[in-house]
Amino acid sequence: MSKINQKSHFYLVILEKITPFIAILGALFIGSLVILLMGENPIQVYKMMFGLAIGNRDGWGNVLFRATPLIFTGLAVAFAFRCGLFNIGGEGQVYVGAFLAAYVGFTFTGLSAVLLIPLTIFAAALGGAFWASIPGILKAKTGVHEVIVTIMMNWIAASLTFYLALLYKAPATESMKAAGVQQMIPHTSEIAEAARLPRMATILSYFNIQFPSHNPLNVSFFIAIIAAVVIYYILWKTNLGYEIRAVGHNPMASEYAGISIAKNIILAMVISGALAGLVGTNEVMGYKFRWRQELFLNLGFNGIAVALLGKNHPLGVVLAAILFGILSYGGALVNIFTGGKIPRELIIVIQAVIVILVVVADEIVKRLIIRRKLV
Amino acid sequence: MENILNADFLASMIRIAIPLTLAGLGGVFSEKSGVINIGLEGMMLTGAFVAVAATNFSHNPWIGILFAIIVGIFLGLIHAIVTVSFKANQIVSGVAINLFASGITVFLSWLWFNETQIMALERLPIWGFGIPSAGESSSLIRSLIVIFAHHSPMVYIAFIIVLLSHIIIFKTPFGLRLRSVGEYPHAADTLGINVINMRYIAVMISGAMAGLAGSFLSIEQAHFFVKEMSGGRGFIALAAMIFGKWTPFGTLGAALLFGVGEALAIRLQGVFAIPVQFINMVPYLLAIFVLVGAIGRASAPAADGIPYEKEIL
Repeated sequence: MSKINQKSHFYLVILEKITPFIAILGALFIGSLVILLMGENPIQVYKMMFGLAIGNRDGWGNVLFRATPLIFTGLAVAFAFRCGLFNIGGEGQVYVGAFLAAYVGFTFTGLSAVLLIPLTIFAAALGGAFWASIPGILKAKTGVHEVIVTIMMNWIAASLTFYLALLYKAPATESMKAAGVQQMIPHTSEIAEAARLPRMATILSYFNIQFPSHNPLNVSFFIAIIAAVVIYYILWKTNLGYEIRAVGHNPMASEYAGISIAKNIILAMVISGALAGLVGTNEVMGYKFRWRQELFLNLGFNGIAVALLGKNHPLGVVLAAILFGILSYGGALVNIFTGGKIPRELIIVIQAVIVILVVVADEIVKRLIIRRKLV
Repeated sequence: MENILNADFLASMIRIAIPLTLAGLGGVFSEKSGVINIGLEGMMLTGAFVAVAATNFSHNPWIGILFAIIVGIFLGLIHAIVTVSFKANQIVSGVAINLFASGITVFLSWLWFNETQIMALERLPIWGFGIPSAGESSSLIRSLIVIFAHHSPMVYIAFIIVLLSHIIIFKTPFGLRLRSVGEYPHAADTLGINVINMRYIAVMISGAMAGLAGSFLSIEQAHFFVKEMSGGRGFIALAAMIFGKWTPFGTLGAALLFGVGEALAIRLQGVFAIPVQFINMVPYLLAIFVLVGAIGRASAPAADGIPYEKEIL
């Protein structure tokens, strides 16, 4: 290989690393075309979006709060993907995990926080893990494709948890009784005080750092970061991670080397589901203190985009989740500040375009590299 | 039992099966050519929205259906560009199309109608015989009319499309080429068949079918559009396609099975005190059972899901 080739190969390696940024810029460009078509100034809209989202501490807090569940679901998708599995059932795993967390939280009210908080976190992970184990076992034992099964499990989870929420519906408040109205959307009773995670404002006040007390950012963000570190460790520093990646890379060769495909598929799905279930720590234990379906809408699906943008690497997932947090919070604020002129669903469109562009850009760069290597 | 399993039951079974059949046929065309299309769900959803929007703008439901098909073809084209030309992962592209669809439909709902539930202002006529009142004719004739000859035109069109799809895929040179690029694209290529073109056409037909299926959901079944109204039917259609062994008639049969399941669940609700949430689970549970049941006897096209590389890199 000539010197010139090696040099251009080096540029390609760099290019491979920055495809997500190219995709983000491309998607923002397409988004700006849409904004132009709506007769608005895209530069002003983006300036507003980013300025409001990350211009001050309150904005950052909201961004990280919105990024937290996406770190969990993004890690869930990325982890399964490392085993060659598409877990697009994050949505259902979130519903079930969060419900189990809420159930534990409002049932074992007599326990102290030292016991109840770990128990509730465990319940969130367990619920997600259980729900993901079903498609995992079906895939491992019968070969049914996990994509369709996980999607079907999402709808089943939505119905099941909705039913359970009706069953464990919070009693009507005095004001509701007086007005003679019922809950429109069922939600469970609040979890015990001892099961709640502290808000960031409370923690920062110990260090004399000013942080708005109404800000929803809570300890769950740290749990998400710890989860990302643990997933990195499992994938690249343990035998389990090695086996899971081997199965994802080449199942036949792994089987030949004595690695059980079935065992690793089930394990990967269980861990993936547990990660998705942990969303319950943010929305239930740290935010609304109860289970309510709309809290979890699309978190599982957005996790897919986060994982793809983060190249299925824990660090990438965290960064992508924060970007999506900015887009989501900024988009919501722009919607409010423009009086609904710019629907917040614009953000979903931009996210979808990011996904398409990132896979296309990856594919182009991969091909360029292969071609260089062949020369 | 006789007030459950009557002619109306069978008619509602057919109506439930139509969108699944059409979307499933979309899956058949796409996968026969070697491209997995899990974007069917999003294409259906977009079709459902566009059908209502175009109907309300033009005051003609046929225009609505036409635009649903056109938009389906367009989304199919995007899926083809991403997966056939750029050879990106087909599942990822499908997921992105689904994400795009759920965003763009609500986005445009707000923009054009200022709400997320839009009534369809026009309906398609009923084609066939009028339903005779009791005593006018025998109950057998009445039943036959209810089941077979008192439907929206789309129902008859759907059955014709199933028949045409079978003929196109299995009895024409085009169908032979389509299947050959899905089974063994390298061999097809050496015989002078343009693999890329065939796959583009197949995925765009797939999009057209999904768009049509979506228009049936909104204009015919619900008479309105509401966000996320496709409700996983694109994936159930894929399950029907797999259970139907990637054939048009098999897909129709499987879709009718789903129709029986869903229609039965709806009827049984009135007989036993089953919570509605459990009734709602039936189609999805059925899809999982059907997939498990299809294992071992199903045979996907050999090159299904594998991008075509002219030279193996």
